[in-house]
Amino acid sequence: MTNSFKLMQGNEACVEGAIAAGMKFYAGYPITPSTEIAELCSEKLPVVGGKFIQMEDEIAGMAAVIGASLTGQKSMTATSGPGFSLKQENIGYASYAEIPCVIVNVQRGGPSTGQPTSPSQGDVMQARWGTHGDHPIIAICPSSVKETFDLTIRAFNLSEKYRIPVILLMDEVVGHMREKIELPDIADIEIIDRKRPNCDSDEYLPYKAEADLVPLMADFGAGYRYHVTGLAHDETGFPSNSYEVADKLIRRLMNKIEIHKDDIITWEEENIDDADVLIIAFGGVARSAKAAIKQLRENGIKVGLFRPITIWPFPQERLRELADKVKVMIVVEMNLGQLILEVQRICNNIVKIDGVNKVNGEIIYPEEIVTKVLEVI
Amino acid sequence: MPSPLIESYFRSENLPQIWCPGCGHGIITRAIAVAIEKSGLDRDKICIVSGIGCSSRAPGYLDFNTLHTTHGRALAFATGIKLANPELKVIVITGDGDCTAIGGNHLIHACRRNIGLTTIVYNNNIYGMTGGQYSPTTPKFDKGTTAPYGNIDKAFDICNLAASAGATYVGRATSYHTNLLISLVLNALKNDGFSLIEAISGCPTYYGRKNKKGSAVNMLEWQKDNAVNISSASKMAPEMLEGKFLIGELKNSPEPEYASEYQKIIDKVMKER
Repeated sequence: MTNSFKLMQGNEACVEGAIAAGMKFYAGYPITPSTEIAELCSEKLPVVGGKFIQMEDEIAGMAAVIGASLTGQKSMTATSGPGFSLKQENIGYASYAEIPCVIVNVQRGGPSTGQPTSPSQGDVMQARWGTHGDHPIIAICPSSVKETFDLTIRAFNLSEKYRIPVILLMDEVVGHMREKIELPDIADIEIIDRKRPNCDSDEYLPYKAEADLVPLMADFGAGYRYHVTGLAHDETGFPSNSYEVADKLIRRLMNKIEIHKDDIITWEEENIDDADVLIIAFGGVARSAKAAIKQLRENGIKVGLFRPITIWPFPQERLRELADKVKVMIVVEMNLGQLILEVQRICNNIVKIDGVNKVNGEIIYPEEIVTKVLEVI
Repeated sequence: MPSPLIESYFRSENLPQIWCPGCGHGIITRAIAVAIEKSGLDRDKICIVSGIGCSSRAPGYLDFNTLHTTHGRALAFATGIKLANPELKVIVITGDGDCTAIGGNHLIHACRRNIGLTTIVYNNNIYGMTGGQYSPTTPKFDKGTTAPYGNIDKAFDICNLAASAGATYVGRATSYHTNLLISLVLNALKNDGFSLIEAISGCPTYYGRKNKKGSAVNMLEWQKDNAVNISSASKMAPEMLEGKFLIGELKNSPEPEYASEYQKIIDKVMKER
C-alpha cells in the first residue's frame, strides 16, 4: 500500500481504512447500501489473520463485535438505517461498559424500509440518541472517499483512546461514489491502541478511571479475571444498587468525552473570513454546498462553509464564534431538519437560521442551495 | 466457612447471591464450578457469558472472565469472543426465556455453526426476574402472571430444538440430579463444538406458587419422580413414560468446530499469498 493511487468507492475506502487501523474482527448482517463493506471484510480479513462472521441478524452482529473487542481485537460492524435501529441496545451496552468498537452506518432513506438504495441523512439524531438513557457517543461524517479512509482510521483511534463506540456516519452518496484516492504509506498512519493494565491482577480495578477518565482495559484471557455488565457498576465492575455509584458512573462517562472534546471535534471551514452567509453541511451534501459556494462567490455573494466532521459531540463553540461574524446560517441536510436543531440551540436569536431540506431520496443539488441563499440575503 | 470449592471458584465477596430461598439455580451453578474444577481447564482462559434474567446473574459470582450482556444476546456476544480468540473456553449461562424466546434466533444459529460454546440453560419454566410471566417452556395450561387463565402456548423442548439445529453435544439433568449434571457439563466442556445442557431448575417463588407445586423440597421431589434416564427409557413401555421427561446424554456426535474451520481458511489464504 505504498503511495499508490486507487479508484475506489467509499465503502471500499472504509474497509481499507479499517484494515490500516488494525481491525481484526468484523461481524454484520447484509443490508443495502453498506453490504460492500461486509463483502470486502470477508475477503480481506483472513488475509491479515482477522476474522469475519455473517451473523443471524443485526443485533447479533453488534453483540459479536463487543465480544470480540473484549478479547483485545479491534472490531467493526456496518449497517444502514433499519439495522442501525436494531443495534441500538447493544450500542448502549458498549457505551456504558466502555467497549471500544466502530459502527458504520451508510445512511439510506427512512423511516422503516424507506428507500434502501437512496441517500439520506435521517439518522443524525438516531446516532446521538438512538439507545436509551444518557450516554456518551462519538459520530463522525466523511464527505469524500479519501476522507472515508481517514475517518475510519480515526474512528478506531477514538474508540480505542476513549473506550467508546464510534459511529462512522456515512451516507449512500459517499458509500457508493467512486473517486481516485492516494492511500498513505502505512508507516505514516497514526494508530492508537487502548491502554492495557500491567499491574498485578489482584490490584486491577477494571472501571477505575485514570486521570483522563478512561479506565485501563484488560483483554479477556490475559489473566485479569474481571466482570463486565450493563448494570450500573462501580470501579470493581460488579453491579451496584447505590444511587451514588450510578450517578458517578454516568457523569464520568459524559465527562470522559466532554474534557477531551478539543481532541475529538474536528470541522472544515471554507471562505469564512468575509462571509455574510454561512452554509452548514456535512457528509455527501457538503460537496453540493461547495459547488454552490463557488457559483455564488463568482457572482460576488459572500458565502462560506462550515462542515462539521465530528457531528457528535457537535462543534458548538466554534459555531457560536461564527454566529457573531455572519448574518445568516443555512443548514443543508437530507432530512427535514435534524442538525438544524443543534444550530438553533447554539445560535438562536444571534443570527437568522434557515434550512435546505430534502427527503425524496435525491441528493441536494447545488442549485437548490444557491436558490435558498438568494432567497434569504 | 465457605467450602474449598466456593473459596476457589466463587467471588465470595459478592455472596450471598440474589436468588430466592429454594431456587435451584445455586445448585446448578455449584455443579458447573465442580465440572470446571474436574476439567482442569486454566481458569484465566475461561469466559463465562450470560444474558439477562435470574440465571444470568450467576457469572457475577464466579471467578473467571465474566460478561453479563443484554437480554437474549449472550450467545451472540460469546460467538464474538470465541471466534476472536479460540484459545478461550467460552461458557454461556442462560435461562429459558433468555435463550429460547428473545434469544431463540441466536440459539439455533449457534447450534447450526457448531461454534465451540458450552451453553447451560437454567430452565425454571418461568420469567423469574420480572415476577412470574409464562415462558416458552411453561407447560401448556400452566399459569403465569401473564397467563392467569392458563398458558395456551405449546412448550419448547430445548434439547430437541438444539439437537435438531445442529448442536453436537446435548444433555439434560436437573437440580436434583447433580452428579449427572456435573458429568454432562464436564462432557460438554470436552466437546470442541457447540454443546447445550438443559438444567431443570425449580422456581418455588413464582412458577411453583402460581401452579401449586408446593415447597422447594416438593419441587425437587417432582424432578426426582418424573425424570427418566435415557439409558432406562428404552426398556420402558410408552405408557410408563407418559408425563415424564428424559435426562442424560441425549446427543453426542462431534463435528468440526466453527472457529477451527475458520482458521483453516486463514491458513489457506495466507499460504496462497
